[in-house]
Amino acid sequence: MPWSKMDTQRQEVSQFTARLWWSLFLIVIVFAGLVARLVYLQVWEHERYATESDDNRQQLQAIAPTRGLIYDTNGTLLAGNRASHSLTLVPERLVGGRRGIDNVLAELAKVVTIDQDDIKRFKRRLNQPRRPFSPVALRFQLNPTEIAQITVNQHRLPGVRIVPELVRFYPLDDGFVHALGYVGRINDRELAKLDSINYSATHHVGKLGVERFYETELHGTVGHQTVETNARGRVLQVLDRLEPVPGKDITLFLDAQLQQAAAKLLEGKRGAIVAIDPKTGGVLAMASAPSYGANQFVTGISYTNYQALRNSDDLPLFNRALRGRYPPASTVKPVIAIAGIDSGIISRKYSIWDPGFYQITEGGRLYRDWKEGGHGRVNMHKSIVESVDTYYYAISHLMGNDPMTKYLAQFGFGQMTIADQPEATKAVLPTREWKRINRSASWFPGDSLNLGIGQGFLSATPTQLATMAMVLANKGEWHQIRMIKSMDDQPVAKVSDIGRNDPKQPSNIELTRSSDWNKIHSAMTDVMHGNKGTGRRSGANSSYKMAGKTGTAQVLGIKQDSTYDAAKIAQRFRDHGLYIGWAPAKDPVIAIAVIIENGGGGSSAAAPLARKLFDLRILGAKPEDKPEVQAGVKNDG
Amino acid sequence: MADFQRWAPEAQSHLRQGPGLWVKLRLDPWLLVLLLAIMSLGLVVLYSGSGSSEAAVQKQLVRYGLALLGMVIITQINLRNVQRWIPLLYIVGILLLLAVLLFGVGAKGAQRWLEIPGLPRFQPSEIMKLVVPLTISWYLASRPRPPHLIHVIVAVALVALPVFLIAKQPDLGTALLIGSSGAFVIFFAGLLWRYLIAAIAIGAAGLPLLWMGMREYQKQRVITFLDPESDPLGAGWNIIQSKIAIGSGGIEGKGWLQGTQSHLDFLPETHTDFIVAVLAEEFGLIGVCALLSLYLLVLIRGLMIAGSASHPFDRMLAASLTLTFFVYVVVNIGMVSGLLPVVGVPLPLVSYGGTAAVTLTASLGLLMSIHARRPQRT
Repeated sequence: MPWSKMDTQRQEVSQFTARLWWSLFLIVIVFAGLVARLVYLQVWEHERYATESDDNRQQLQAIAPTRGLIYDTNGTLLAGNRASHSLTLVPERLVGGRRGIDNVLAELAKVVTIDQDDIKRFKRRLNQPRRPFSPVALRFQLNPTEIAQITVNQHRLPGVRIVPELVRFYPLDDGFVHALGYVGRINDRELAKLDSINYSATHHVGKLGVERFYETELHGTVGHQTVETNARGRVLQVLDRLEPVPGKDITLFLDAQLQQAAAKLLEGKRGAIVAIDPKTGGVLAMASAPSYGANQFVTGISYTNYQALRNSDDLPLFNRALRGRYPPASTVKPVIAIAGIDSGIISRKYSIWDPGFYQITEGGRLYRDWKEGGHGRVNMHKSIVESVDTYYYAISHLMGNDPMTKYLAQFGFGQMTIADQPEATKAVLPTREWKRINRSASWFPGDSLNLGIGQGFLSATPTQLATMAMVLANKGEWHQIRMIKSMDDQPVAKVSDIGRNDPKQPSNIELTRSSDWNKIHSAMTDVMHGNKGTGRRSGANSSYKMAGKTGTAQVLGIKQDSTYDAAKIAQRFRDHGLYIGWAPAKDPVIAIAVIIENGGGGSSAAAPLARKLFDLRILGAKPEDKPEVQAGVKNDG
Repeated sequence: MADFQRWAPEAQSHLRQGPGLWVKLRLDPWLLVLLLAIMSLGLVVLYSGSGSSEAAVQKQLVRYGLALLGMVIITQINLRNVQRWIPLLYIVGILLLLAVLLFGVGAKGAQRWLEIPGLPRFQPSEIMKLVVPLTISWYLASRPRPPHLIHVIVAVALVALPVFLIAKQPDLGTALLIGSSGAFVIFFAGLLWRYLIAAIAIGAAGLPLLWMGMREYQKQRVITFLDPESDPLGAGWNIIQSKIAIGSGGIEGKGWLQGTQSHLDFLPETHTDFIVAVLAEEFGLIGVCALLSLYLLVLIRGLMIAGSASHPFDRMLAASLTLTFFVYVVVNIGMVSGLLPVVGVPLPLVSYGGTAAVTLTASLGLLMSIHARRPQRT
């Protein structure tokens, strides 16, 4: 081995050894640091930490923020908060600790009513992840007698506490739930998804509708406080406190009077009414019948009541306004007429001779008009006023699928255009592709004929139909359909203003000849005021002009259910009555869609309801009709 | 010659004592005794920290048994004979880490485990705790020392790749341990001080730039990370409670099974990452200092083994493994006592869990293997 190499090796070893010594030096210094830290905590600060640990007198408590309020457009309270007393247990403080729970439950059952359901839910809450010494709820909405009974016995029940908390309260309740949704107690599935820190003191979460969509904004931000407690957990002193940030208040376009009137008009029926302000796109009323009370869901609905709602044949839990898919029937005729003339497939003067039926081929199937013997010579104006099916068979046969579905899409069919109702559905706009995928068949001329009169595969929700009425009333101008008007007094023109995603919305419709809008408007006005208009009885005797279109949808089949009795079956094969329209005919302030399931013809079942709401919106309520409105936070505790 | 060598000592075996059991098994009695002492102390604390769970202690005992068996096997391997397999190990390790990112399973938003049919679930990142120092030692041992800049750059890249993949899981604790194990090898290869100082300077200068480039919410996360007590309901809860546990233990502690913080469920993770708080609460300053002394003795013994090794590969590996063990201790105790931000690093040979126990005893096994093959002084 050459000497030089030996030399470098020796050098390397001595350098390595030096670095080992450096490392040992570092290790000793850092270990000394750790020991210093331990001495600081365990000797110097021992007193302080020993006190903190002693019975854990100091506790950190999360403070729930107050949920934001929901108002109608005039400032009437729709969703407030009220005090409710719950019975809670702190398992760590019970006699016998967690193992003593069953004894304590038995003891409590002697004092207040606790059923098996309560115990089952309590045990489930107990097994959820929780912070030590945090209370677990057993019963809600204690009445004054129960509160007194527990208070008297409290000395022998350490760890049992009555906790007042603010819970949601819907002062107007029935008839509003399908518009507002409701809050309910957080369940396991939601618990996994929610921000566990922000919700550490919150027990309720928006489950449906506006309450669900605006959950983040309505909820607010959790606060916390450090408190000094005695051994029984009673707070002696608040040491420091960070106030929670209350949720934001939301004002809706909803008009409580109109909503209540709509709900009342639907009483005893199955159906839906949606009214929209055409100038803003704000929803003025959204009613679905039958309905149910939202307040019972806040504190936990009993099993029997819930089963009754769930199993009812009338489906009260089903939100028809947002999720009901109905054939729009003749209410689409104005849009089909626009498709025909604007695409240039038929001339503006196009007319047909209506013998009362239409045939695709000579000697083929008869597509019948609703009027036997027909309407004679029919042009576009007459086809809308008298709702002539034959005319639409003819022009939809000429058009085929594509121009019709293209124009229907521009009016919102087959799309989710309401911004802040998470439950809304798109229903079905049957394009050729849709039929190929969903029915594995190509598009037949007969399908076009059905589409032209709003039957067949086409379906729409009442919200979509009201949207169509708005776009017609606005001569093609779109606004975002939404519930929210403002948040904390800041106007919300689009939900993207508050950082949410806007739904995809069709652009404003520009017709090649804008005067075509006037033709449609004049025809739809004559529906209500012309002497042969299908809605003339509802348009009569009014101080203002209105425009609209009736529709009668054939019920082709219903799901066969053995529990239906014969009379019920016959009733459920009756036609659905539909109506869309707006008022005043020029300068509209309300656009509406009304659907009455199995109500018979649209002109008799649906149009009169719309007229009543037009009057209420335009002329105001007669004093004796004024609905009862409670205001303010009701506090029954 | 070989025959003669083998024969000669045997011929005189009746004249002097033959090689002891330790030498035959190639075990280092010092490390072994320390290891068993720490494990025993750990089991005592674990029984209390797991809420007097005999099942947990039994399970941990089985793991320790398997880990010790693995250690004995490892000490039988002459590292220099298997050196050529190291690059292959590294490549397999990297592939496994990529597989974790693509198909891994896990909980709480982190994806750390790999499930290969027929094998028990495992964390490839744990294997890398051994593979990375082996790889860097292998790479630098066959290069000139002090290493040239280009070799340093390659070595840093070899460390950075697995660290990046593990940090992405995310598992910051393991990434930190593996990154430091690689850095230690480079340091002990004789990295020139000027490179070391330059690296520290660049790192220090880069931090403010990184800070300025971050968005507001990212800054907020860093602040909560560095100062958990600004978020007392979230990340701060654990630290506040563990400080109360340690502080209330005082000098002598509250006594075994008497810790109120841990037994009233105030303290989180009492049997895993935060177990030292249980020790501090129940056995006080005396208990923690005893454990720290045991750790210090392990570290000193590790440095002695590194110092007596002859081959550069052995030296660098032994020193790196020893200092990585040191990082475990410091980061865990520093985190539990509120000096360092919370990253998931277990307390070596004490925290409940199988994988860490296996890699730690394996690294001690490597140290013993190196020691057994040191040049005999005559």
